[in-house]
Amino acid sequence: MPRQELKALQTSLEAVVKERIPGASGVEGLRRLSGGASQETWSFDAHQNGAALPLILRRRARGPAQEALGGAISLELEAELLSLAADAKLPVPAVRCILVPTDELGSGFLMERLAGETIPQRIFRDEALAEVRPRLARQCGQILAGIHGIARDALPELPFAPADAQLEQYRGIYDRFDDPHPVFELAFRWIEENLPEPGKPSLVHGDFRNGNLMIDARGIRGVLDWELAHVGDPMEDLGWICVNSWRFGHIDFPVGGFGSREELAQGYESAGGDAVNFERVRFWEVVGSLKWGIICTMMLFGFRHGPDRSVERAAIGRRASETEIDLLELIAP
Amino acid sequence: MYDPPSSVELVTAVREFLEDHALPNLEGRNAFHARVAANALAIVARQLERGPEAEAREQERLAALLGTEGTLDEQNRELCRRIRSGRLALDDAGLVSHLRTTSLDKLAVDQPKYSGYRRAVEKYPSLQPTEPDESHRTLAADAARPRVPE
Repeated sequence: MPRQELKALQTSLEAVVKERIPGASGVEGLRRLSGGASQETWSFDAHQNGAALPLILRRRARGPAQEALGGAISLELEAELLSLAADAKLPVPAVRCILVPTDELGSGFLMERLAGETIPQRIFRDEALAEVRPRLARQCGQILAGIHGIARDALPELPFAPADAQLEQYRGIYDRFDDPHPVFELAFRWIEENLPEPGKPSLVHGDFRNGNLMIDARGIRGVLDWELAHVGDPMEDLGWICVNSWRFGHIDFPVGGFGSREELAQGYESAGGDAVNFERVRFWEVVGSLKWGIICTMMLFGFRHGPDRSVERAAIGRRASETEIDLLELIAP
Repeated sequence: MYDPPSSVELVTAVREFLEDHALPNLEGRNAFHARVAANALAIVARQLERGPEAEAREQERLAALLGTEGTLDEQNRELCRRIRSGRLALDDAGLVSHLRTTSLDKLAVDQPKYSGYRRAVEKYPSLQPTEPDESHRTLAADAARPRVPE
């Protein structure tokens, strides 16, 4: 980002912090963490009562919205879900303020910056996490039961995306890119033929996986990145975290590379979740692998025609083959 | 017709420059993107070596499976149509072994360290990825290169 824009961001942020967070002021150490062309995550410190206040800015700059990644929700909705999850005593960062147009920062919100680790390879290796690692899969189950247990009438309006709707949506995306993948075709057929009865419609996080979980020596401290949240089959979240791409090499630990399906299910059921049907979880693992494969193809499209000319964007198309071998192992072992 | 160095050697030289000289002087997002760039060049080098043979084998398998002739793209589109219409399905052992071999060949180029690839190579010894033609093997010198620790 050009220096001038960075300075403007700093100035606007200073004003927002001062006006909207009681007793807080200043913006120090502003740096960009991640994000694509249209969505940004920034980290910085403000001061409050003589102490540093670690904060995160999530925002979408003004301008044409990027094509939503399979139906991403607005950042305002994301902030609302974070607050609902906090009310349900689930580990999430606290929302500090929601941006309004006069803030001149685009749409988005400020939230507390949690301490901990989100990078999978560090989660696998860090000595300080050795004791908590064997408990993570169970914790994932407990947290998911909490998310799925949030009363539907408390939810804001969210996309309704049961299995058949997602099948249609991703078939549409796949067809639009016109990039023939025989393995994806076979997976689409398998999914059509194995569609389960609709599940009890619940709040689904949509991207609950290793990489979106803030973890420290005490366990999972924060569930991040709610932009793919929707109402659908709760088993989708249990299947998604088992997708091999999120095991980051630890193939024999299906849950995020750190635990077993049984531990996940025990945690889920112990926290009031419905009995886990492993076949249904596996169905969603197939859907998840296919979706990730199609998303890889789609991100390449963003490189070819969109504003993101990074090598990362271009190279991600070559990760689709990972999902092919995983899909074949799932449907034709 | 083209003088040495070969494409593989040139691409490898650039990758080594990125890894050994540029990367140690970069930080944060730039270091990350340089690492991704080096990895992309490794993919290109592997494809230059393995691609021609793997695609020739893929084309042979497709002709046998479909009974039609055409470019690789046309044949793959025909295969997609038959799978979508149900004319070729999971119960066809020839289809599954063709798809698995093709995916293994892709991964031998894209991501040979991928866990699912390594597992499949162990599990299906009869479906090994296609070995490159000897004439494309030019990376022997690379194996002897001293590695900078990651």
